Amino acid sequence: MTGVADKRRLDGDFTELYRTHLRDVYSYAYYRIGNHHDAEDLTEQTFLQAYRHFERAQRESDGRPLRPWLIRIAHNLAANYYRDRSRRPQTQLEDAAVLSAPHGTEDLVEGRQELKDVLEGVSNLPDDRREALIMRFALDMDNREIARALGRTEGATKVLIHRAIKQLEQGLAQVSDE
Amino acid sequence: MSETFDIEALLRSALVPVEPSEGLSDRLEPRLSELTGLAAEELADWELSAMRDPRNWARPAAAVVVGGTAAGALVLVRARQQHKKRHLTGPRALQRGLLEVAEDLKKRLGR
Repeated sequence: MTGVADKRRLDGDFTELYRTHLRDVYSYAYYRIGNHHDAEDLTEQTFLQAYRHFERAQRESDGRPLRPWLIRIAHNLAANYYRDRSRRPQTQLEDAAVLSAPHGTEDLVEGRQELKDVLEGVSNLPDDRREALIMRFALDMDNREIARALGRTEGATKVLIHRAIKQLEQGLAQVSDE
Repeated sequence: MSETFDIEALLRSALVPVEPSEGLSDRLEPRLSELTGLAAEELADWELSAMRDPRNWARPAAAVVVGGTAAGALVLVRARQQHKKRHLTGPRALQRGLLEVAEDLKKRLGR
């Protein structure tokens, strides 16, 4: 970058990236960390970090979407978050879906319990499997995007997601049997 | 829980996208605007100074270096400092910004 015009174009592109993917980054951060307060901090840091490296990322993306790159930044920051503070993901999510669901009938209460069980199961998966499921289901990313975000091949990502779902399914079946 | 549950449907219901609070947008957007705006102003100033005053020729080169890495560490430094100095504007802000840039470059070149 050599001038003001380039800088303005870059900033315009970054603003677009921010508007388009704020919810994705926040959703990822929230399901990764488990509470809204820290998810907000992580989202903020992700965009500040992204701004810092945006020009290079845009240059090297070769026209590909930048969402995986953005989520990878959040992924790395989340890893630092746990390492620095010696924390683990919280198993009890302040879940938006569960808490905002209407209730009043037994069916709905049972449905809420199912969702809580699912979230609990996701929280207990190994990190890479949990992250892959968050990306697939909360962010609706395809295998190619997830592969880029996790730094894996598409084939390995497909296997990872398959194993994550199988493991979760087994865990839920156990809960069901108890 | 039913033995015949559709796990993917359950996952979609459980892992719904979460909207960030308005507070986050209210906090983050001005911060990003401030960063991008100030970085552009400083870049323009460096370019003009370079044409007028040879003593400042190092600055546009620095701008290219800094800009080339999307402002590098400067952005985070500016982010932290500007957060505390929102009311500082005009030449004083610019002067302070340049001093910070110079300090930042000195540190980076000293590595």
